[in-house]
Amino acid sequence: MSDTFAFVVGTLPFLWQGLLMTLFVSLIVVICSLLLGLLVGVAFAYASWWLTLPLRAASDILRGTPLLVVIFSIYYLLPFVGFNLQPLPAFLLALTLFKTAHVGEIARGAIQSIAKGQTDAGKAIGLTFPQRLLYVIFPQAVRRFLPPWINSVTDAVKGSSLISLVGVVDLMLAAQQVIGRTYEPLPIYLLAAAMYFVINYCLSVLSRRLEARYAYIRE
Amino acid sequence: MEYYLNFNLVWRHSARLWWGLALSIELAAISILIGCVIGFALAVVYGGKSVILRKLVTAYVEFVRNVPLLLLIYLVFYGIPSAGGFAYGATESFVATLSLYAGAYLVEVFRAGLDAVPKGARDAAKAIGLTPWGQLAHVRFPIMLRIVLPSLSNAFISLFKDTSLASVIAVPELTYGANWIKTNTFRAVEVWMIVGPLYLVTGYVILVALRGLEQLLIRDRRR
Repeated sequence: MSDTFAFVVGTLPFLWQGLLMTLFVSLIVVICSLLLGLLVGVAFAYASWWLTLPLRAASDILRGTPLLVVIFSIYYLLPFVGFNLQPLPAFLLALTLFKTAHVGEIARGAIQSIAKGQTDAGKAIGLTFPQRLLYVIFPQAVRRFLPPWINSVTDAVKGSSLISLVGVVDLMLAAQQVIGRTYEPLPIYLLAAAMYFVINYCLSVLSRRLEARYAYIRE
Repeated sequence: MEYYLNFNLVWRHSARLWWGLALSIELAAISILIGCVIGFALAVVYGGKSVILRKLVTAYVEFVRNVPLLLLIYLVFYGIPSAGGFAYGATESFVATLSLYAGAYLVEVFRAGLDAVPKGARDAAKAIGLTPWGQLAHVRFPIMLRIVLPSLSNAFISLFKDTSLASVIAVPELTYGANWIKTNTFRAVEVWMIVGPLYLVTGYVILVALRGLEQLLIRDRRR
C-alpha cells in the first residue's frame, strides 16, 4: 500500500504540467466563450430573427453535433479553406465556438426572463440601448445567468480533456503517458480523476452557493 | 496547393458509417435503459430514510458528474481490469461506462420527477391503503413517468452524441468508422463533411420521433 502511495506521489511532477495545460485551455475557452456568448445572447434577445438567422443556424449545428466531431471537423476542414492551424489553436477555436453556442443560449434565456416593463421603464427615463442593458437588464439577469453558466464552465473543463486526442499534453494525455511508462493504469487514472473532481467540485459548490444567495429574490 | 474533393473512396467504405451509426444509436439506447434502472433505483434510495445510503448516492453522482466522460471510459476499460486481473470487450466496457454515466444524470431527473408528483395523489394512494411499494408502483411511478419523459428524450439525444467518444477505445461506431476511413484513404475533409451532418440529422430525427412518442403516451394516459 505504501509502495503504491510512493509511486503515485512520484508521478505528480509529470501530471503537474498536464494539469497546467488543462487549466490554461479551460481558462482561455471560458473567457472567450463568455465574451462571445454574451454578444450572441444579446443578439438573440434583441435583433430581428432574419438578422440572427446565420447565428441561430451556427448555434444549433454546434449544439447538435458531438464535441469530438466538432473538434475533428474544424481540425481537418480548416486547412481545406486555407487556414493551417496547429492542434492547440485549432482545439481552442473548436471548443470556444462550441461553448459560445451554449453560453449564448444561457445568456438569451437570462435576458428574456427579465420583465418587459423593465425595458419600458428604462426607455421612459431616457436611457439609451447600451445604458438599458448595462444598468437595467444585466444586473437583474445575472442571477439567472450565473448558476447555469458555472455548470457550463465545468463542462468546459471536462471538454478540455478531448484535447488529448489531437496530441496536446493536458492532464488526460499526461496521465496516459505516465501509464505508458509504468503500466499502472488504475492509480494514475484515479489520481487524474481526483484532480478533475477537485476543480469541478469547487465550481459546482460555488454554483450552489450563488443559487442559494439569489434564492431570496421572488418576482 | 489545390485540393480536389473526392467522395468516391468514402462512398466505397460507407458501410462502416451506416453500421457505425446504427451501433451509435444502439449503444445510446441500451445505455439509457440501464441508466434508467440505475437512476430510478437510486432516486428511490435517495428518497428513503437511510442517511448513509443517501450520502453514497450523492458521492456517486458527484464523482461521475465532475469527471470527464473520456477519463471514465479509460478508467473502466483499462484501469479496472488491470487491477482485477480480467478483461472485457470494448463495447461491453463502453456500455457499462455510458450506463453508469447516464445513471448519475438520471438520478437527478427521477428525483425531481418523484418530488413533482402532487401531494394529493400521494395522500390518496396512502388513503386507499396501498403498501409503500404499491404507492410507488401504481401511483408515484406512472405519474412521475409523464413528468420526466421530455428529460429522458433530451438525455437520449445527449447520450447519442456522447457515443462518439467510444471511438477512443475502438468501438466501431460512427466516429470510429470516420477515423478508419480517414486513416485508410486520407480523405479527411470528405469524411468529416459527411459525418458532422450525419450526427446532426440523426439527432434531429430522433428528437422529432421522441417528441411524437411523448405526445402519444401522454394522450393515451389522459383518455
